[in-house]
Amino acid sequence: MSDETPPVEIPSVDITVDGETVAARPGELLIDACERTGTYIPRFCHHSRLEPVGMCRMCLVEVDTGRGPALQPSCMLPCTPGMVVDTESERTRKAQDGVLEFLLVNHPLDCPVCDKGGECPLQDQTMAFGPGESRFVEEKRHFEKPIPVNENVHLDRERCILCDRCTRFAGEVAGDQLIHFMDRGGQTQVNTFPEQPFASYFSGNTVQICPVGALTAAPYRFKARPWDLEEVESTSTLDSVGSRISVQSSRDRVLRFQGVDADAVNWGWLSDKERFVFEAYDHADRLATPMLRGDALGNRAPDGDALVAAPWSEALGVAADALSAAPADRLAVLGGARLTNESQYAWAKLAKGVFGTDHVDAQLGDGLPAEVVLGLPRATIDRACTPGGTIVLLGPDPKEELGALFLRLRHAVVHDGATLVELTPRRTGLSAHAAHSLRVLPGGAADAVSAMFGGGSPAGAAGLSAEALAAAGATIAAAVAEGRPVTVLVGRPSLAEAAGPVVDAALALHDHLPEAAFLSLLRRGNVHGALDMGLAPGLLPGRVTLADASGVSSVWPTVPTDRGHDAIGILEAAAAGEVDVLVLLGADVLADVPDRDLAERALANAGTVVAVDLFGTPTVARADVVLPAAAPTEVDGTFTNLEGRVSVVARKVTAPGTARPDWAIAVELADRLGTDLGFGSVDDVLAELAAVSPIHAGITPEALAASVREGVLVEGRTALARPDRTEVPVNDAYGLRLVADRSMYDVGVLVAHSPSLAGLAPGAVAGFEPSDLSRHGLAEGEVVDLIADRGTVQVAVASDPGVARGTVHLRVNQADVDAGRLIDASAPVTGIRVGRR
Amino acid sequence: MSWFDAARERTARDILARYPKPRSAVIPLLHLAQEQEGWVTPAAMAEIAELTGTTPAEVLGTGSFYEMFKFHPVGTHLVNVCTNVSCQLLGGEELLHHVESTLGVKAGGTTDDGVFTVEDVECVAACTEAPCFTVNYRYFHRADAGTFDEVVADIRAGRSPIERGAAGDAGDLPVHGTLGRVRQQVPDDRRAGVVPPEQVEGAPSWMATMSPAASPSVSPDGADAGEGAS
Ligand code: SF4
Ligand code: FES
Ligand code: FES
Repeated sequence: MSDETPPVEIPSVDITVDGETVAARPGELLIDACERTGTYIPRFCHHSRLEPVGMCRMCLVEVDTGRGPALQPSCMLPCTPGMVVDTESERTRKAQDGVLEFLLVNHPLDCPVCDKGGECPLQDQTMAFGPGESRFVEEKRHFEKPIPVNENVHLDRERCILCDRCTRFAGEVAGDQLIHFMDRGGQTQVNTFPEQPFASYFSGNTVQICPVGALTAAPYRFKARPWDLEEVESTSTLDSVGSRISVQSSRDRVLRFQGVDADAVNWGWLSDKERFVFEAYDHADRLATPMLRGDALGNRAPDGDALVAAPWSEALGVAADALSAAPADRLAVLGGARLTNESQYAWAKLAKGVFGTDHVDAQLGDGLPAEVVLGLPRATIDRACTPGGTIVLLGPDPKEELGALFLRLRHAVVHDGATLVELTPRRTGLSAHAAHSLRVLPGGAADAVSAMFGGGSPAGAAGLSAEALAAAGATIAAAVAEGRPVTVLVGRPSLAEAAGPVVDAALALHDHLPEAAFLSLLRRGNVHGALDMGLAPGLLPGRVTLADASGVSSVWPTVPTDRGHDAIGILEAAAAGEVDVLVLLGADVLADVPDRDLAERALANAGTVVAVDLFGTPTVARADVVLPAAAPTEVDGTFTNLEGRVSVVARKVTAPGTARPDWAIAVELADRLGTDLGFGSVDDVLAELAAVSPIHAGITPEALAASVREGVLVEGRTALARPDRTEVPVNDAYGLRLVADRSMYDVGVLVAHSPSLAGLAPGAVAGFEPSDLSRHGLAEGEVVDLIADRGTVQVAVASDPGVARGTVHLRVNQADVDAGRLIDASAPVTGIRVGRR
Repeated sequence: MSWFDAARERTARDILARYPKPRSAVIPLLHLAQEQEGWVTPAAMAEIAELTGTTPAEVLGTGSFYEMFKFHPVGTHLVNVCTNVSCQLLGGEELLHHVESTLGVKAGGTTDDGVFTVEDVECVAACTEAPCFTVNYRYFHRADAGTFDEVVADIRAGRSPIERGAAGDAGDLPVHGTLGRVRQQVPDDRRAGVVPPEQVEGAPSWMATMSPAASPSVSPDGADAGEGAS
């Protein structure tokens, strides 16, 4: 389903396995070749996504390469022509028996109280290949049990069979070698450095790949037995990577997410945020009933100051009354990235096709213009990660925003010889491996791009030498000349820099590198589905503009003709009192819109605010009508990831109270407005989508079922829009520019409601490049005022060699310091002065 | 602001420069750190991780394999008493008991004055001279309680006990952690030449004699590659 790579003729290596001739691939490991062709060789340390180490010897089989049969570890042995393998010989069996007995020497027989019991490779393989009983009467190893290696992962060292999977994952895959074998010898154990926990965004993967119960995840410890779990394969909607997951539940409660190996997407890995976010969906604070503004006695009162529970009929009625009273150009819909494609389509149809408004935007002023994302040539993750390819990062740190994608990119750069060029305002999690890691001032990326390709001076890219830029340009040019693919990762590196300068840089790259493809780093959930479904100003479902309404015109009652406002425009209109009804689809504008002041004025001056949400966020608390929606584990539907890959989201548990799927809410509202949206199920929506959008014609339940793991890639581009170039004001000599970006953990609503994650937010400090720190005479830890035109915040100062000279770095959405107070959405960049206290 | 003192900081840089990959310097740097403090402190490991581009966990994981790196404070004089077979047969255990009662600490312990740490060790490869013990890895052969008492008396009196030890030994008994009496110095012109693994092309020079086809392709200084080098 990925790139249209021509089928390559792969020569094969013939080997004999248990008497049968088998075609192995050149270089393929014997254990993999056997498994692929139907012979399972037991193993513990071997993992298809990790380098082989040959630690456990469980995979010993008798191999004859012409020198007589001998036991060899099949996970370390590449297939060679004529190899004769016996996986069932007397000697192989004896070896398996012996290895298992050896592994069990120190392994406690505590399976009845071990979380892994029932899904434990050691238990299963002992049953299948091992001795029937134990001869061991001596004392086993004992350790303090369990020790936390970090907040969420516990380690029972006596259970560990030293397979090196967790430690290899930490080093090879995540690049966080914070766990390691210690005290090698008779006391070998996995451990951390004292006082330095396994602080990795990806630690939960070690729990999943541990072949015994040595590593367990705190949220799942002693919660269930594997045979009591029901599971369904689904898609993570946490971020736009769309990692495949297995949702596992017991008694109608989700107990864990496990990564599923989708070759084109996440390779089985998940960030801890994707893994543990299920806790939020299961949280007691979930909205379970509609609410209306009311008085202290619990009566509905439009000017009341409390939200009081109300039946659906009444809440929908109030919303419908407000909607029908408002003229179309005074209606606006914000948000929708949380929704499935089907819910997004239903809401797009309701907003644009029934209300007739085009003031619709699923992005919240923190993204990129839809026509640019959909208009540039698109790349897949596989294309970006092509061995030997070139990756240009013009966006945020993937490690902080798109964890599973980061792991793919890291693999490409570290292990597959991909070349990385970074044009970012701050060091990223990949910088250590970049061929050229260039620190670009906010607003300076477009100038940097033209300087890279020999045009103009790098004036806007202050601090960057012309040589460094030219060298980076030469690297890319060489890749192009050699026909190696160039992929640009494009997103908003800083929320304090408007989309305009990033778009200018992306278009400049497109002009210089017409062959380059772009992978969008828009982060929020199903935002790419939202763009495809038309939840963006000027767009209709199927990546077409309002001008091309031929698809929907026959099934939608109406279609807007004029392009509406984007999110910032909608909020500005609301602030000016020009929005009578503002519908918020999971949009926590007070937290998610970079410009805090604008969000507040908008909420204060909007007419009726209808919020469809999972939680009572501060934004929801300001709404007039609150409609509880079902979470991703509670709905069926599909999801579109950042590549445009559509995959299935599956319902596993029931929604709390009377919360219902967003598409059903749209249907009911339409009904009250006298329109039948025509949807009785998600399949109805999918069928209409396939009918109105030619690029979605192939997205049928059958097609999705046939490619359940990899999903179906939707291809097709909107005509590329070229917004006017954004003029960036010149930095005055004393001023600094703000870089405000997201970190993996913040005080966002999902993290805050996941107990395992809530404590991990790092908090905010103002990061200064060391020489800026001394230039301003600041001391580390000193609390200063950061003063922007918009507002002032107080924050402690830190020295951060990773930021560009002339910038201040702040994490957004952290407790205590609200970076949004500094940001003016209408300004291209945010200038900062430092005030001493 | 290095953890190492000024002189050792220079040595550390020297050591790092010897290797194409900084992580190869972990073990020599651990020795250097142990020399400075008598044991390898957590702060030292953090510094070594920094210098070698590894993590403290990797440094500890690597170092903790080696018995002779100490990750907790030890006395200035480390007394190892062998109780493996040969020594045991000839009185090693009794010697250990004498050491423990003389110094007032059990094996594994350190005297309050921080001078002696006692360890019960496996064979130290001097079986023909059993029973034996070592102090800071200097051997005392065919030892008995009397030998040990004299060695302790020497150390407490500030004299070197070395001459009571293995034949031919002379000089001072340096405090625990001290590296060789002569610091390894490899002048630039005598370096074997480090070739980063990724720049190696072709077979190593010693293979040339085995297979006429293979020709070494990297000259000792790694600068130019070609048939001429041998
Ligand atoms: S903790 Fe588990 S994954 Fe890690 S080495 Fe031990 S058995 Fe393997
Ligand atoms: S699976 Fe081959 S040695 Fe462990
Ligand atoms: S047994 Fe003591 S030195 Fe060998």
